[in-house]
Amino acid sequence: MKISKLAVVAIASVVAVFIRAIYFTPIEAKQGAAQKILYVHAPSAWVAFLAFGLVAVASGLYLWLRDPKLDYIAESSAEVGLVFTTAVLLTGPLWAKPVWGAYWTWDARLTFTLVLWFVYVGYLVLRGAIEDRDMRARYSAVLGILGAALVPFIHLSVYMFRTLHPMPVLMKPSAPSMPPVMTVTLVSSFAAFTLLYVWLLRERYKLAVARDAADHRLYGTEGAV
Amino acid sequence: MPNRPPGIGRAALMIARKDLLIELRSRSAIFSALAFSVLALAVFFFAWDPTAVGSGDLASGVIWVIFTFSGMLGLHRSFGGEQPTRTIDALIAAPVAGEAVFLGKGLANLVFVAMVQIVTLPAAALLYNVPLVPVALPLAGVVLAAAIGLVAIGTLFSAMAVNTRLAELLLPLLSLPFFVPIVICASQATAKLMAGRPVSDAADYLRLLVVFDAVAVVLSTLVYPSLIEQ
Amino acid sequence: MIRAERLTRTFGARRAVDGVSVELAAGDCLALFGPNGAGKTTLLRMFGGLLKPTGGTASIDGVALPGGPEVRAKVGVLSHHTLLYDALSARENVEFAARLYGVPNVRAAADLALQRMGASEYANAPVRRLSRGMQQRVSIARAMVHRPGVILADEPFTGLDASGAAALASLFAELRDSGATLVIVTHNLEEALSLCTHAAIMRNGQVVRYDTAPIPDSAAYTALYKEMAVDA
Repeated sequence: MKISKLAVVAIASVVAVFIRAIYFTPIEAKQGAAQKILYVHAPSAWVAFLAFGLVAVASGLYLWLRDPKLDYIAESSAEVGLVFTTAVLLTGPLWAKPVWGAYWTWDARLTFTLVLWFVYVGYLVLRGAIEDRDMRARYSAVLGILGAALVPFIHLSVYMFRTLHPMPVLMKPSAPSMPPVMTVTLVSSFAAFTLLYVWLLRERYKLAVARDAADHRLYGTEGAV
Repeated sequence: MPNRPPGIGRAALMIARKDLLIELRSRSAIFSALAFSVLALAVFFFAWDPTAVGSGDLASGVIWVIFTFSGMLGLHRSFGGEQPTRTIDALIAAPVAGEAVFLGKGLANLVFVAMVQIVTLPAAALLYNVPLVPVALPLAGVVLAAAIGLVAIGTLFSAMAVNTRLAELLLPLLSLPFFVPIVICASQATAKLMAGRPVSDAADYLRLLVVFDAVAVVLSTLVYPSLIEQ
Repeated sequence: MIRAERLTRTFGARRAVDGVSVELAAGDCLALFGPNGAGKTTLLRMFGGLLKPTGGTASIDGVALPGGPEVRAKVGVLSHHTLLYDALSARENVEFAARLYGVPNVRAAADLALQRMGASEYANAPVRRLSRGMQQRVSIARAMVHRPGVILADEPFTGLDASGAAALASLFAELRDSGATLVIVTHNLEEALSLCTHAAIMRNGQVVRYDTAPIPDSAAYTALYKEMAVDA
């Protein structure tokens, strides 16, 4: 099996960042070792939003240009994005429990990510429910565009809810000032995860192309007569 | 005299009228929605611990949860009703713009949702002993704003879901995440109004809701033709 | 009149309609035969302005398809689905169509359409209570209420008994004689051959045989059709 350069670089960077995070980055004073989940949690969130952004852009472009490649991109980015969104939702509570004492605290960002997760799932379930390729691409694109326009409102309303709604005061884990050594690790983790995303996106894209070609060969007619 | 197909506005009204006429005849969806609403009010009451939560807080949350789910009952039939005999094909073949079909069905859905709320809100006021009359006007405004958003998104997703294999699952799955802003804004505004706070306290939420509505309505209307073209 | 020149429609990599050329004038009636998947419905949908061609051109009365509302206003669409609202009466269905097509005197036009199809007696009955044959008649009334110059019928004889099919064929003949252009997709060779001025057999998106009336020896044509239709 041929291993691409991108795969090697992506995996190597992620491994390198983890090693740096675990062994070469100091433990944060107030939160202890649990704080290091930040180096997985934060970049995962970044990728989750980046992936969603790409789904939105690809969707808009698809409705305009009707190029099937754009649909492959949207489909791939959605699946990869879902994985990273799931990672955010898993690492969040794991981090919250030792630091805040509760797994889920309706923190604005995490709550928003939860709703985003459902948007992703809805998108993928929609795709799975349509056989005809052209209709599937079109409908997904419509959902992608709607998502792009309305997701900011989800963020705003959740944020408003959290800031205007009296709730028990909690410690905010990501303190604004981090020592440079930590910042470097954090930034590196963002870069590494982005590479990981690009690699996974590309692989998933190739799969989408191959599967479409195979469907065509196997079933010949697809779509309305 | 030659034929003169109607413009978007008139066509939308014709389609809305047709949808409402059908609903009036069969009455299936409206009765389910009303029955669901009142039953849900009762069930929530049974699940309520009055010493822990004030009735005003409870009522607001309950009303908006019911609003969302009863709305969905009506939304499903919006395009679902055009499937059995493929009447949707006739609508698409007609010399009216796609936007007219969407707006017409949206309008019919809005009336449907409004009718359900007209029963649900007084029922909630009665069962939960919350004073709605003093805040009736601003509350009506909140309900209208929330309904418009719900209907804009729900009508679009109804059009999508109905053409797929998992129609009944997809409508709520797709819609609910996008209803989150509506539910948050409407229920928070309602809670404040019911607690006797001045309308200005709820203003932030209302503003967000109105902007959301504008975006949702415009965007849904614009993308709908992409769903019916082939 | 309908004109198509090397009309093509692809779905992904599949060519549903592949370079079809046809020209029909007022009073022409084209019977469209072919096995399932041949592209007949796709071709019809393109003529109806419901589907955009991906190659070639098509036009109705000189207006390029898919055109817009002004083209759809001239077309009457019939399918084996009734396209009727079960909960509404026959009259309400036809009046709704009349309104959408901007017919001037909605009530009178609907009454006339129902009368021509012999459905006046059932005008106020909810469609769901009518027999299949009667529903199809109401459906035809709905499709014709705006007096379309072009009629596209997709397997309209499906589900009709012998007398219903005969009534429909006679109505088609009447419309053809009064100058409308018809395209009828059907598996019902006999009815179609008796009223059409042209006949085409489609296979794999292409017109493999095209005949102008009078259609020669019906029996021979039928045999030929069976032979062509079977091996796809």
